Amino acid sequence: MARLAVALLAGALFGAGLLLSGMTDTRKVQGWLDIFGEWNPTLAFVLAGAILPMTLAWRIAARQRAALLGRMLPAPASRRIDRPLLIGSALFGAGWALAGLCPGPALASLGYGGTGGVVFLLAMAAGMLTAVPAAARLGRTPQIKDA
Amino acid sequence: MTLADWARGFAGGLMIGGAAAIFLLVNGRIMGASGILGALLDGSDRPGRAEHIAFLMGLVGCPALLWLLGDPAQTHLTGNLVVVALAGLLVGLGTRLAGGCTSGHGVCGISRLAPRSLAATAVYLLSGAATLLIARHLLGVI
Repeated sequence: MARLAVALLAGALFGAGLLLSGMTDTRKVQGWLDIFGEWNPTLAFVLAGAILPMTLAWRIAARQRAALLGRMLPAPASRRIDRPLLIGSALFGAGWALAGLCPGPALASLGYGGTGGVVFLLAMAAGMLTAVPAAARLGRTPQIKDA
Repeated sequence: MTLADWARGFAGGLMIGGAAAIFLLVNGRIMGASGILGALLDGSDRPGRAEHIAFLMGLVGCPALLWLLGDPAQTHLTGNLVVVALAGLLVGLGTRLAGGCTSGHGVCGISRLAPRSLAATAVYLLSGAATLLIARHLLGVI
């Protein structure tokens, strides 16, 4: 039960942070990628702010055997850079630029994103399900799980 | 782009990183939006199911509540639903193939200097900038 409450709280804080930072505004995100147009550096401040507490968290995690509620902490990061990683990231970047939404903000803005937001989420879900057979074709080793 | 935008961006970023830190240190999980939604959809993480649902309820519910209470947030998403659907498909397929998105690779992975996350982030930033250049400045479709 505590685990579910913490998950709910973490999700809520993540969503509130995305809203406050302006990352659910597709113009700001596209502005970050638009280096040949009207460049908007807000995203760099968001990323810097987010990486700071997480750097500290990984340092604390390195000295712990398990998380506070008993679950094992994630395994050390894999070093293997393979085709699915590179192809997947290239496809993701293209979609991210076209709409200005990535998975977190797409979920966070669902309540006020109108029809377009719902269409994006449904298409994203369909894309995620397509990834299972696509990964098999690319020969992805299933043990690599980043997030 | 004003100073207030930067400050709100940084403060919001601290909240995002704080949420990821809590999820890691208390629940032992990596806060990646695409991993959480994707695992729920394809059933690849059955033991985490309930936690993932709770996380998504907070992620969708909290900003919706703040918006109902008067936050002026707008997505300014393009009205071209063909572009929106294509973008969604690419984001869903790409993030699952790559094993993460801006939160999983960008925030959680970079903060522990994970080689896969550094590579993924470099590729999606380059691909995003190139796509925007082509779609906006050469083709004029977005």
